[in-house]
Amino acid sequence: MEITISIIVLGAIGLIAAVLLYLAAKKFYVYEDPKIGEIEEILPGANCGGCGLSGCHAFAVECANATTMEGLNCAGIDDAGMKKIADIVGLTPVETEKRVAIIKCSASCENRDPQNHYDGVRSCAIEAALYQGESDCIYGCLGCGDCVKACPFGAMTINTGDALPKVDREKCTGCGKCVEACPRGLCELVPAHHDRPIVWVACANKDRGPIAMKECGVACIGCTKCRKVCPVQAPEIVSFLAHIDQSKCTSCGECVKACPRHSIVSSSI
Amino acid sequence: MKTFRKGGVHPPEYKLTAGRPILGMPVPAELRIMLSQSIGAPSRPVVKAGDSVSAGQIIAEAGGFVGAPIHSPVNGTVRKLEPTRTPQGIWQDSIVIATDMGNPGSASDTRRPEDEIMGLTPKEIVSIVGEAGIVGLGGAAFPTRVKLTLPEGKTASTVIINGAECEPCLTCDDALMRAEADKIVAGTLLIMKATGAPEGIIGIEENKPEAIAAMKEAAQEYANIRVEKLKKKYPQGGEKQLIYALTGKTVPAGGLPIETGCIVDNVATAYAIHDAVCNRQNLTERVVTVTGPDLKNPGNFIVRNGTPLSEIIDYAGGLPENTGKVIAGGPMMGRAISTLESSATKGLSGIVVLPKADSQRHKEGPCIRCGRCVAGCPMGLEPYLLMTLADNAMWNDMAAHDALSCLECGCCSYICPASRPILDLIKLGKQELRKKKQK
Amino acid sequence: MNKLTVSLSPHIHSGGSIDRCMWNVVIAMIPALGVAIYTFGLPALYVTLISVATCLLTEWAITRYMLRRPSTISNGSALITGMLLAFNLPSILPWWMVVIGGVVAIGIGKMSFGGLGGNIWNPALVGRVFLLLSFPAAMTTWPADVPSAFDATSKATANASTGATLLTHLNDTKAAPSLADYDLLDMAIGHMNGSLGEVGGIAILIGLVYLLATKTITWHIPVSVLGSAALFSWAFGGNPLLDIFAGGLLLGAVFMATDYVTSPMTHKGQLIFGFMIGFITIIIRRFGAYPEGMSFAILLMNSFVPLINRYCHPSVFGAKERRAMA
Repeated sequence: MEITISIIVLGAIGLIAAVLLYLAAKKFYVYEDPKIGEIEEILPGANCGGCGLSGCHAFAVECANATTMEGLNCAGIDDAGMKKIADIVGLTPVETEKRVAIIKCSASCENRDPQNHYDGVRSCAIEAALYQGESDCIYGCLGCGDCVKACPFGAMTINTGDALPKVDREKCTGCGKCVEACPRGLCELVPAHHDRPIVWVACANKDRGPIAMKECGVACIGCTKCRKVCPVQAPEIVSFLAHIDQSKCTSCGECVKACPRHSIVSSSI
Repeated sequence: MKTFRKGGVHPPEYKLTAGRPILGMPVPAELRIMLSQSIGAPSRPVVKAGDSVSAGQIIAEAGGFVGAPIHSPVNGTVRKLEPTRTPQGIWQDSIVIATDMGNPGSASDTRRPEDEIMGLTPKEIVSIVGEAGIVGLGGAAFPTRVKLTLPEGKTASTVIINGAECEPCLTCDDALMRAEADKIVAGTLLIMKATGAPEGIIGIEENKPEAIAAMKEAAQEYANIRVEKLKKKYPQGGEKQLIYALTGKTVPAGGLPIETGCIVDNVATAYAIHDAVCNRQNLTERVVTVTGPDLKNPGNFIVRNGTPLSEIIDYAGGLPENTGKVIAGGPMMGRAISTLESSATKGLSGIVVLPKADSQRHKEGPCIRCGRCVAGCPMGLEPYLLMTLADNAMWNDMAAHDALSCLECGCCSYICPASRPILDLIKLGKQELRKKKQK
Repeated sequence: MNKLTVSLSPHIHSGGSIDRCMWNVVIAMIPALGVAIYTFGLPALYVTLISVATCLLTEWAITRYMLRRPSTISNGSALITGMLLAFNLPSILPWWMVVIGGVVAIGIGKMSFGGLGGNIWNPALVGRVFLLLSFPAAMTTWPADVPSAFDATSKATANASTGATLLTHLNDTKAAPSLADYDLLDMAIGHMNGSLGEVGGIAILIGLVYLLATKTITWHIPVSVLGSAALFSWAFGGNPLLDIFAGGLLLGAVFMATDYVTSPMTHKGQLIFGFMIGFITIIIRRFGAYPEGMSFAILLMNSFVPLINRYCHPSVFGAKERRAMA
């Protein structure tokens, strides 16, 4: 008998609570365009901000209210995904160029001896604000992994061998979080092309040749050899540092072979 | 005894060089004079390679309203203008001067006649201070001319001369007060005249009885200057803490000391102002404490602007074998030096050489919420909270919790039993906030 | 030349460490442990050893096999939890109950929140209250052969056969206690019945002096707890000294309410925290079903600590002047 009463009482409490919850849900219901929910299903949900908006939900709202897909692009999904979103809102999809991140430093500890020892929080931002960094090069990678922490897609890892960040370009969506995070500006977004490798100068050292040479074994010294061998004049040299114009580069690989400092690298996606 | 009310810690003094006389360092053969020596825009060189310069001659003019000119500390020739590393290893433009070793020269000593000094108007004093390139010598290197130029509508009531020297290890102000008390008092009078302040207070921590006695003697003939003994407590020499301790006034958070009518200058600055006004001497040298437990010959040295750091340390007996860390400034607020290729600047108050055993941080533990950082913060902030906010990149919340009031004294990190890098992260947050403000 | 170390300021450290804080607390508890052994004999030592061993083992096992982190038992915090838990138990408690208490204290009270620094409630009290609610009879059965402070002078000896604490006695009789019936000196030096740690008033005060002298804790929490307990004891017609020396009030005020992790960060907050603990304790003692309210009072106020931290900020230097200017 007692058990029956208990069951009835508990059941009644449960029922009342359910009714209350239902009423509350009704009362506080906020209408939302169902398209927004559908779009959010497609988005990666990483809230990376690569679209320029505050997060995936904001992007979905923006898409749902859009009159054209121009300028709306999620880096986290492929063209098919963008097309699906365009179908949902009934607009024509706009093809956008996919981009991936590269790291403009390739100096491991063998290339530039650590000259001092940093003792403190493992944060590139703090280390860069404090001083030159552990090596003599004040432009190079600090290796504390701010880019790794910033990457919402897990595409960055610190390589165990040379202690430099490595981009997994399969995972990289080109959202640009790492570009913001790196205090030394070593991350750059370049067009992703699968048919040929990406060629870039993996160095950011702006010191004059003799100094750069002393500071790092693979530092660009601005010798202009790459520009001379390049059939399309893609490399530009500004303040003793070469930079390859990706819109001109054809990935022929001549500069990689010619660079006496081995600071130009090439890698396919 | 006078002191500030909130927070504070009591680090050991380590004042090895207290009581040591001020020694002149030999003139170095080559000086590398940094163009960014003070807060504000870098100075613009007015000499070029090959020019010969004489001691006290201007070699770089102020780069802007907040800025100060730089003068040659020696007779010699400008060798070249090229980048030199700062003590933190960052490249910065500098002027390299080869000393004329036969006649290196010293700062000019053409005394201004007494009646001319008496006749100087406040404006004239401020402009002499500006032309002499004087900056705050306590460490921040803020151009003194700007400080002495009162903002529109403000009047100064009190000139405070900071002789607290609450940083452990440093004794340069102590040595200067013992040796040149008269000139410091004269400099104080000049600052009072320049700002129109009716009274001057010289605040000195109790652990420097000789300096207090010397300053009291020098100041006794002036009714409007008094010397106050301060309790030994860090950061007694913080500008806002010192104003509170000596006058009981509180500088509004985010405000300038002038809001309370106070002007705070370091004793070395007052001394430099005296030299500039009375002896027509431009600021080209200063007293630097070079110290460390294993240094052979620590002391207080007169160091010319641009002297290579390695030569200063060599003069103090050379870098000991077990050196782990070299600090520019005191151990609480100074910055670690990463390269000795750099040279001395106007703001360098001390060089502290720590042995390896003392230079590593302790292992970091979890926050046990003991609240010591809160109790120790002289600005009444909550360092544990700011640290967590910074760790999570919540910059706006940091601003809401007054992170920008932090004076970076280091009490929080010093006292933390878990050795957490509290100040590291707060500094990061402040930097991000400043960056956001600029945008 | 060897490499220079570079780091942000400050470059010196006070030398204080978590280990040192914790070991200071352990040292401060030794006098009270001594009194417990003197009063209750070897069983007191056994309970303490079992409790400490359980706590250390539990923490070691959890860090080793569940969190896969380096062991943290050397920092002394599990040792403190173990000792405090024992201090809150009767000396004749079955050994397996002590073990359960230790496992709950460390496993649920501390490690489930991520270990030292993360817990909301004082782990030892979590263990104690768990035992109190699970085994109420065993947790309130005291050794019969211990001299009770009130036996000698009061006529009420009804409970003496099972052993009773002074507070049980008060709670049973509901009489306003008067000092005439009790020998305060006996109470202070441990001539009374109760949990291990709560009998030696003087010994606990010696610990308090040690903690204050080594600056391990500040005066704010113990003084506010004792002060408010005395105030309300007096206000409700009791005898303040009796309330302070009887039961766990002193033990809690000195060793448990002052636990860093579960007390507020600011002095202002600590004063509020302590005041409320004293108040709740006296309320429970006078009006509640339980003779003792200290552990509940502390746990309750532990729950309020985040809220206290949220609203009790220190005053920022110059904030008032800034408002005046605006």
